[in-house]
Amino acid sequence: MKKIEAIVRKSRFEEVREALHAADIDFLSWWEVKGQGTAKQGLIFRGIAYDVNSVARIFISFVVRDINFEKSINAILKSAYTGESGDGRIFVTQIEQSIRIRTGDKGDESLYDLK
Amino acid sequence: MKNKYFIYISFLIGCFIVLPLSSFAQTVATALPAAAAIAPVPFISAGNTAWMIVATALVMLMTIPGLALFYGGLVRNKNILNVLMQCFILLAVISLEWVVFGYSNAFGSSSGFLAPYIGGFDWAFLKGIRVTDVSPYYISQATERIPHIVFVMFQCMFAVITPALIIGAFAERMKFRGFLIFSLLWAILVYNPIAHWVWSADGWLNKLGALDFAGGTVVHINAGIAALVTAIMLGKRKLPKGQHITPPHNIPFVVIGAALLWFGWFGFNAGSGLAADGLAANAFLVTHIAAAAAALSWVLLDWFSNRKPTVVGISTGAVAGLVAITPAAGFVDVSGAIIIGLLVSVMCFFMVSVVKRKLGYDDSLDAFGVHGIGGIWGAIATGLFATPMIQSAYSGAFYGNPKQLGIQLIAILVTLIYSGVLTALIFKIVEKTLGIRATDEEEILGLDLTQHDEIAYNEAD
Repeated sequence: MKKIEAIVRKSRFEEVREALHAADIDFLSWWEVKGQGTAKQGLIFRGIAYDVNSVARIFISFVVRDINFEKSINAILKSAYTGESGDGRIFVTQIEQSIRIRTGDKGDESLYDLK
Repeated sequence: MKNKYFIYISFLIGCFIVLPLSSFAQTVATALPAAAAIAPVPFISAGNTAWMIVATALVMLMTIPGLALFYGGLVRNKNILNVLMQCFILLAVISLEWVVFGYSNAFGSSSGFLAPYIGGFDWAFLKGIRVTDVSPYYISQATERIPHIVFVMFQCMFAVITPALIIGAFAERMKFRGFLIFSLLWAILVYNPIAHWVWSADGWLNKLGALDFAGGTVVHINAGIAALVTAIMLGKRKLPKGQHITPPHNIPFVVIGAALLWFGWFGFNAGSGLAADGLAANAFLVTHIAAAAAALSWVLLDWFSNRKPTVVGISTGAVAGLVAITPAAGFVDVSGAIIIGLLVSVMCFFMVSVVKRKLGYDDSLDAFGVHGIGGIWGAIATGLFATPMIQSAYSGAFYGNPKQLGIQLIAILVTLIYSGVLTALIFKIVEKTLGIRATDEEEILGLDLTQHDEIAYNEAD
């Protein structure tokens, strides 16, 4: 099992969600996050243009079976891409154990029904 | 930056060329009632009284929620309650001060050498003012007047909003108790005397002939310079390195606030004739048109200099236009109003986007940049554009009376000096005794939490 975490543009989030759904990933969590990077958001206040010191992104996190790993990554890479600076990152972690609270199922069985 | 200056200058020149060319046909206020040969006994007019009660309520609306939301939306979300509270408590405290002795100091009379400078205490607690008394003050309607009590209330709302305007300069970094004592002392020692000078029958600026229909000098220049002084003396807010701007936390509030200010300003200006007549109608008209012109010209400046028309920009422009037309509302016609409105945004925009940054003081919400500069321009413009078509006794430099401009400049200068010096003095006294600047921790945690034990936006559901 692997945990996939991705930071993506707000403007691409809907596409990412649809692409993951198409890749049979129906379970995922996300947060709206603020961060800093090279990308800046310009704003204007009473004639003065300025950069806010944070940019808004969506942080996605989900755990997949190893067999679903590649297609999940590909789905995100394709859907979150614009080619401009600030498209985001994907981080992958090895997951030791997963337990479904309702049934007590462990490992791959606990993630979701096999298609 | 060069490009920016070019835009200002071409805009200014454009206004001066285009406007006089289209010489407006003026139809307003052609005939004011001729003064009667024998002065009849003044009485309380039901129509005038009805309008003035409404106008008074409209002026109250300007402080809360108008100004409160305008300023409250511009601050960060950790300080909005503090701003709302400051506006609200001023309505309570200054109203009490007003009936206790403020009104008497401002509009009453005293004897001897003090008479031109401050009223006495004859009307303290409104002693001797009966419900049947007619107002000793009137503008165009000498006979059909309003009750004295209504005049007291109308002026009360002016006394409230003036110290409230200063909040914009020291927002986000002032201790609440320091603010409260500072504002009260300021109302007593600065507002009341200046109101006396300009508006009372004995006032020396009034006798000199200074024109201030609804408070350009008394309210806006006065509060504007006090704002500049407090902003400088209080120092800058603690912001991350390199950051000069704090994004407004709720621009819809700014819009609601500006719209309520605009609405309430009809009472402020059209009520300042103290009657429901043609003069009030003209003030109503020019107030609206100046605000419209200023809102538009600010947006155009935004558009040209930053490529986008902004919502804070149109709101600020409208308020600047209202400020500028305030002293002129009873003296200028609609063409004067358009020029006053179009130009005030150019000046205020230049002030807040270029000059303020160059000088480096932290006038958080541009109380000086908008009210100070807009008020000074309005007072000067009154000396230029006042036309005998509106009130036959008063004309400005463009209508054959250049002396008026000189008188206006004296009134502006005197107000700037007196208010500036007294504000600094009061500030020092409060700073030494109660403390006035919030601690770094209070400022970073937010004044809502540290001054009031409340937060505006609870995240828990």
